[in-house]
Amino acid sequence: MSDPKHSLVNDPKHSSADNQGGLFHVIGTRPIRPGDTTKVTGQAIYGIDVNLPDMLYGAVLRSPHAHARILSIDTRQAQALEGVRAVITAADLPDLSAKISAEGEWGAELRYQNDNILARDKVLYYGHAVAAVSATNPHIAAEALKSIRVAYEVLPPVLDVQRAMAAQAPILHLDLRTDELGLRGDRPTNVASHMQTLQGDPQRGFEQAAIIVEREFHTSAVHQGYLEPHNATALWAANGEITIWCSTQGSFSARDSTAEVLNIPAARIRVLPQEVGGGFGGKNRIYLEPVAALLSRKSGHKPVKLVMSHPEVLAASGPASASWIRVKMGVDRDGKITAAAVNLAYAAGAFPGSTVGVAMGTILGHYRIANLQIDGYDVVTNTPWSASYRALGATNAAFTSESVVDELCEKLGMDPIEFRLLNGVRTGDPRSNGQPFARIGFMETLETARQHPHYTTPLSGPYQGRGVAAGYWGNAGGRSSATASINPDGSVNLVTGSVDITGTRMTLAMQLAETLGITAEDVQASVGDTAMIAFADGSWGSRTTFSTGWAVYELGQNLIHLMCQRAAEHFQVPAEQVRFDDGIFTVGEQKLAFKELAAQLNAHVPLMASATVNPGGAGPAFGVHIVDVEVDPETGQVKVLRYTTVQDVGKAIHPAYVEGQMQGGVAQGIGWALNEEYIYDEAGRMLNASFLDYRIPTCADLPAIDAVIVEVPNPGHPYGVRGVGEMSIVPPPAALANAIHAATGLRLAVLPMSPARILEAYEANPIS
Amino acid sequence: MPVVWIPSLLRSLTGGQEKVSVSGETVGQVIEALEQRYPGLRARLFQGDRLRPDLSLVVDGDMSVRGLLQVVKEDSEVRFIPAIRGGS
Repeated sequence: MSDPKHSLVNDPKHSSADNQGGLFHVIGTRPIRPGDTTKVTGQAIYGIDVNLPDMLYGAVLRSPHAHARILSIDTRQAQALEGVRAVITAADLPDLSAKISAEGEWGAELRYQNDNILARDKVLYYGHAVAAVSATNPHIAAEALKSIRVAYEVLPPVLDVQRAMAAQAPILHLDLRTDELGLRGDRPTNVASHMQTLQGDPQRGFEQAAIIVEREFHTSAVHQGYLEPHNATALWAANGEITIWCSTQGSFSARDSTAEVLNIPAARIRVLPQEVGGGFGGKNRIYLEPVAALLSRKSGHKPVKLVMSHPEVLAASGPASASWIRVKMGVDRDGKITAAAVNLAYAAGAFPGSTVGVAMGTILGHYRIANLQIDGYDVVTNTPWSASYRALGATNAAFTSESVVDELCEKLGMDPIEFRLLNGVRTGDPRSNGQPFARIGFMETLETARQHPHYTTPLSGPYQGRGVAAGYWGNAGGRSSATASINPDGSVNLVTGSVDITGTRMTLAMQLAETLGITAEDVQASVGDTAMIAFADGSWGSRTTFSTGWAVYELGQNLIHLMCQRAAEHFQVPAEQVRFDDGIFTVGEQKLAFKELAAQLNAHVPLMASATVNPGGAGPAFGVHIVDVEVDPETGQVKVLRYTTVQDVGKAIHPAYVEGQMQGGVAQGIGWALNEEYIYDEAGRMLNASFLDYRIPTCADLPAIDAVIVEVPNPGHPYGVRGVGEMSIVPPPAALANAIHAATGLRLAVLPMSPARILEAYEANPIS
Repeated sequence: MPVVWIPSLLRSLTGGQEKVSVSGETVGQVIEALEQRYPGLRARLFQGDRLRPDLSLVVDGDMSVRGLLQVVKEDSEVRFIPAIRGGS
């Protein structure tokens, strides 16, 4: 187990947080990412590019109703169609009722997963999978879907989280009861659970407040917007082994989830993760893998490829939750927060399991608040089962709390950064889990933002405004694995179990190169499949460069130790006369660089090393965003004039990648704030299930985004790494809301702040 | 003795107490001691020997997957926080 205290950044020899001076040789540089060339030239191999001999093509029949009982499914006509090789429904899935029952509360999750993959008794959202076919070409597969006869009893849908919580709402699951930490309600409900955080005495805290602001907010569901759709190609061989090529953020979780659904041992399934064309959390869950595998078996053990269309992705794969949030905050005359109370209700979609718990931890996690109550509700609705989206749950939450903070600052006449300097958390303050924050950089981030020219440059025209918002993201550790083998020329092949969705092959190669005292170009990193390497959690939670970086660091230490041992034997010197410092092995009187010694030792016995870890000490990230907007009062359009994101990244292994992550999160946050929403008709059918109508930002919509890196090393990592990928999507909607207020005087409490909504706000609040 | 922070929804079982000190060298022993003092508390946190799926166990600031087997020290702090669900 990794020791978070073993950190170079705590080493007195390396006390400076600034690497401008030779603290590191590789870390902090900007080598070219392997795979960039193949991606921009179209040579990279994605899941859709997988083609196998005798491959069949699959298609999925999806529900046209948002809520209905399935009365019958007749597949005979489809099965008889020439070219069709197999048709499956939920009846082809193994019967797991006994296992689900035996597992108690853990069984519920398995049942939901199975029912989402292929609906059994009810369809719960427009686009819910009902059946699937395999055929000799995609056109026949599409035709076969039309031949499947499904009889439905249509039920009234409930699409909105507040309506779903109402007493007379249509009920999705008759056996669902509200759970309050083991205390179950006594009647059917759509409120799956109620969670609470309570500290201090909020009532007394509000009595001490000089100013109180209380607001309600609504946010729409938004999709992660990855351009590469879900896809899976599966071969269920006659010997019972299953091979799956797919687009996933977690090859091991995909394997294990598929094993659960199919009720077979995980070792019989091999998942080969392909290049991922965007995931952002949306590719943590399986949709197609077990379906493709079952079709393969039923088709006579032929490989079957399934690819979702973009409309299927938008309509039927998990978005980030819609939400209703009420925030009440009180401050004293000096601007110190005296109390806060929050209610959050997140739409989980068809099955329980929204990200409301995470939102509860992040909504005010960056402030010191002694008196605080947060109530969170997980609510099912007739919409796709919600999934993670980059800083899952935190963006909705920050939109609300940072808007209220902005309003408090306005009433106080207080500078927004000054407010956060007064109330923000510092090293040593208690976290939501009770333990003190280890070294963190919120104050440094705020000071950097305050000193940035963007903060003080005057605005130049009417209807322009500037907004500021801050955010907090806890980051994650998790299980990781890495193995490295040394080649005869001393170069290194590094394999990890972590799917690369952000350039982590390079950041991991750089960390190993740093550890061994070689160049990044001497390390070739690749992603192993589930048969090649030990288990690894998925690439989520901004954990890979941190946690798999720990694995790589430890394997590097293991390799150095092994080489010292072998060197002593090879050169016949006492072990205590062999040491490694700054990339050089001293063996008796000789000094040898890594490659020199590796080449000599490898000639006798191959060199390799491995490590598996589950480190604690993932350092939280804090960010501050500044944005200037211009609002057109005639059309309601918001033009983003200038955007600056300031973030504490711990240690930027590859600064260009970090800047890219920061800019990418901002771009997605701008779309979330200004355009993106799910539009349903009254029957619950999604009306804008295409990228033409579900409007994500393009380059034409965005200014250059200034990404300012602040480095306060994380003591929980040998190179000071903090996760960086998710923090940057947290503040943008709030920063934009505050900028729109500054430009127009309007406070918008609904996302997205589309032109139509801004015009509505203008009409409701005429400007004299 | 280790301190257990009681989730707010369970404080009705502890007479409103936010934190309770009980003896034990493992989380299991601590929970048993709590159950003796406040009957019904164990079932709200654990199903059999397994932590409820919507909870995470945090001991001294670090997430633990050892559940009842997790060792605690004399000055340990034990917390139960909402688990990350929904695909992370």
